[in-house]
Amino acid sequence: MTNHWIDLRNSDCLLIQGSNCAENHPIAFKWVMKAKERGAKLIHVDPRFTRTSAKADFYAPIRSGTDVAFLGGMIKYIIENEKYFKDYVVNYTNAPFLVNDKFAFDDGLFSGYDAAGRKYDKATWTIKKDDKGIPLKDPTLQDPRCVLQLLKKHYSRYDLDTVSKITGTPVKDLQTVYEMFSSTGVPDKAGTMLYALGQTQHTGGSQNIRTMCIIQLLLGNIGICGGGINALRGEPNVQGSTDHAILSNILPGYLKAPVSSQPTLDDYIKKNTPKTSDPQSANWWQNYPKYTVSLLKAWYGDKATKENDFGYSWVPKLDDGQDCTLLNMIDNMYEKKIKGLIVFAQNPACSLPNAVKVREGLTNLDWMVHVNIFDNETASFWKGPGIDPKKVKTEVFLLPAAASVEKQGSQTNSGRMVMWKYEAAKGPGDAVYYAGDAVIQIVAKLQELYKKEKGAFPDPILNLKWDYIDDKGRFNVVEVAKVTNGYFLEDVTIADKTYKKGDCVPSFALLQADGKTSSGNWLMCGSFAQDGTNLMARRKKDDPTGLGLYPQWAWSWPVNRRIIYNRASVDLNGKPYNPNRPLLAWVDGKWVGDVPDGPWPPMSDLKNGKYPFIMKPDGVSALFGPGLSDGPFPEHYEPLEGPMDKNLLSSQLKNPVMKIFSGPCDLYSGCDPKYPFVMTTYSSTEHWCTGGNTRWQSWLTEAQPQVYVEISEELAQLRSIKNGDKVKVESARGSLPCVAMVTTRLRPLNCGGQTIHLVGMTYNYGWLFPNDCGDSANLLTPTAGDANTMTPEYKAFMVNVVKI
Amino acid sequence: MSNGKSILVDTSLCTACRGCQVACKQWNNLPGTKTKQIGTYQNPQDFSSDTWKVVRFADGKKEDGKPYWYFFTDMCRHCVEPPCMYSIQNFVKDAVVRDEATGAVVYNEKTKTVPFKEVLCPYNIPRQNPKTKVLAKCTMCFDRIKNDMIPGCVKSCPTGAMVFGDREKILEMANKRVADLKKTYPKAMAINPDEVRVIFIVTDDPKKYWKFAAGG
Repeated sequence: MTNHWIDLRNSDCLLIQGSNCAENHPIAFKWVMKAKERGAKLIHVDPRFTRTSAKADFYAPIRSGTDVAFLGGMIKYIIENEKYFKDYVVNYTNAPFLVNDKFAFDDGLFSGYDAAGRKYDKATWTIKKDDKGIPLKDPTLQDPRCVLQLLKKHYSRYDLDTVSKITGTPVKDLQTVYEMFSSTGVPDKAGTMLYALGQTQHTGGSQNIRTMCIIQLLLGNIGICGGGINALRGEPNVQGSTDHAILSNILPGYLKAPVSSQPTLDDYIKKNTPKTSDPQSANWWQNYPKYTVSLLKAWYGDKATKENDFGYSWVPKLDDGQDCTLLNMIDNMYEKKIKGLIVFAQNPACSLPNAVKVREGLTNLDWMVHVNIFDNETASFWKGPGIDPKKVKTEVFLLPAAASVEKQGSQTNSGRMVMWKYEAAKGPGDAVYYAGDAVIQIVAKLQELYKKEKGAFPDPILNLKWDYIDDKGRFNVVEVAKVTNGYFLEDVTIADKTYKKGDCVPSFALLQADGKTSSGNWLMCGSFAQDGTNLMARRKKDDPTGLGLYPQWAWSWPVNRRIIYNRASVDLNGKPYNPNRPLLAWVDGKWVGDVPDGPWPPMSDLKNGKYPFIMKPDGVSALFGPGLSDGPFPEHYEPLEGPMDKNLLSSQLKNPVMKIFSGPCDLYSGCDPKYPFVMTTYSSTEHWCTGGNTRWQSWLTEAQPQVYVEISEELAQLRSIKNGDKVKVESARGSLPCVAMVTTRLRPLNCGGQTIHLVGMTYNYGWLFPNDCGDSANLLTPTAGDANTMTPEYKAFMVNVVKI
Repeated sequence: MSNGKSILVDTSLCTACRGCQVACKQWNNLPGTKTKQIGTYQNPQDFSSDTWKVVRFADGKKEDGKPYWYFFTDMCRHCVEPPCMYSIQNFVKDAVVRDEATGAVVYNEKTKTVPFKEVLCPYNIPRQNPKTKVLAKCTMCFDRIKNDMIPGCVKSCPTGAMVFGDREKILEMANKRVADLKKTYPKAMAINPDEVRVIFIVTDDPKKYWKFAAGG
């Protein structure tokens, strides 16, 4: 989230699209209701009418997988009706910047497309610069090559009629949503956008979010109270796990994973440290070397020296272009390229797409170690449906784990707030307390073996600074948190202030690139005070601004800032755009309010002032964003499996750069009459993810006992299905018996005269327990991923439903 | 006697998360019963001696053709003048207690000798344990209240749809809330506020929520 949960109450208009907040974030939804009590309007756009829709002031249906078209139409509406916040757009976005003359877009493709390689050469996706390297701009926004005009041209094709034919949303519903939400494009109104997996789990998932960002920037809704682009992360700790790099493409703190063409630290830093020639741009990522070296010092301690590149050569490197995300990992397992697997607290046999392929892949392993609080369909895959245990060679070790409430540590919520929590009860027996306990022991064993047997490259293992064990020989969670924050490794004097060796580094602004500081994750730097006080454990309820920032309750990254990009909430002189909700103000030469996005004076100070979007090299936010692999402006493409045989906006039917898997289990149906209905999958309130924990809880299985498919009355009639009938849902990959739930909450959509039926299922079930609950909806989902992140396309694919 | 306690259930704030349904079972040590999916989110389908709180789900189409989905977290209303109490007392004098301080209507084991079909309840709340024949329903978490804790269901509510407090204050809140809601929902009303202690606010015809919502 750019903002935070409590801040939702400050909004005037909340657009929830691609999220079922009421059901999947039931506690946090209270802040949505608080906004409504204040008179805010709640809009819900979703393929299904859910418990969120039931609380909305306005609900609009949408065909799953068409969000870019829906939101692209809103961009057109905002620009053509001049609903955008001009002052903000001119000063704080790249709308006035002039784009490379060779940049072009034609019939669904941007310039530089390589059809054979299914990728773009982004050479023309650039901003024109003057001889000093400063971007060329037209502050009047009239130049046909300025970003705003190109944006206008791009979305001019997204007219109401075309958008309605693609999305199935009636024209008048589109108009209502566009009007309601764009009413926040004025200084004293705030609109917020809430999304979750309903936006990300598509082959164009990243671009769905980009489209939302563009709207929020046009309306001046980023960096303000009650605004923002808010990803609703939840219990699976998506926020914390990405911050700490449980992804293969990043190191902690969103540093890039090194690749083999960057053999030295200098290569790596040169490649990843952005440059700017504009003196008013803070270009915060210029600190990349400091964060990298401090990370290496945290990992390798005294072994990391300037002479040996601080141990950079010991960090594993990806091959250039290599993608190690989950879908590829499963593919490799299926292809017998992976021998062993350690699974902590997951259930991939039910949670990953194309479970048929996943489950078969697991049989190819030599061994699997599974650490969990319950047995699940992954740990017991060898006795699952259709699998003969006698033919499975995999040796499985199931280790009992302590539950999250049985251990202390930090938890990061969706609003970047990191809160320290304590052990509420003892874990059972000899349960593995922390994943850290297991990792500590594995590494200790590896070190012992490398010492004894040497091996080809022992340095990365033997040189690890591995002193996280307390006096009882257990994983020391407090020490790991402190190392993550970072220490001064020598006495250091910065701006007349001396920090002693062994002090905690109280802010990432103090991290150094010379090896004198360590930090396991620069974003977490400041979570401990210099004297070692754990700020994440704070519980003070003061709210000096009255805006719900609660600055002394726990701690937020970065540097306890509660709303990021907050310097975009003020005008060039530092005066709040919205006097009723002043998040930040420049008063008597200093900032008052939230922790500002940098200490510099407002932009009107031409000498020392800085642009507000400090993480971008140009200092402004990017309406034109060349960072993604599939285009600098989002463009609508159909899902990998969709009901349309053509794209009404171009002759490019599918995302041109997404990976297409082609193994024997990677089966896809196009516009196939055998699989005529669009399916979307999701979770319910009553179960958590695959139900791996909740299905063992009788009060929850009582409330949601068995797998079901939600279908409309019209589809039920078409297939002669009655409410509660047993049916079978089939896709090109698998089939799943379940109960039909016939409901008015799903309705067929009219997509340009074509009737499209939508059906939906939760992925909360699995064959193991209870034995009559049914199996996973992921037996049906395709192995397909977002073109940028490889997040699976769980939300839009094709099925058939028949009575059994 | 004071005016006792009341619970306000504002269905316009309820998201049917069913925290209350589960909290009720947790506090009262009631087991999860074996259910089946029969084509609705509502489960268990109805009250039983093991289920004293059921969130009822009702979906349909509004006049404009768009769907509605109403949630009604059904429970004993703890009537000010409880028909169940009077009908049970016809058989066993002390099988029901109406607490002086709170007004909570609480059954005890002596109800097992009462003929169940003679027990009157306009809201169709009490159920009989098929084995012990003891009658069962919500106690207003009488035991919690006596220990200065609010009822379990109210405690679990994330959106503030349920509020517990002194009856006068709850009635005042209900009046204010209905007046506010009427601006958007002309049919908004509190259901029988003078007759019951558990006062539901609805924004549409109570029958669309549940056939016994306003009494049968």
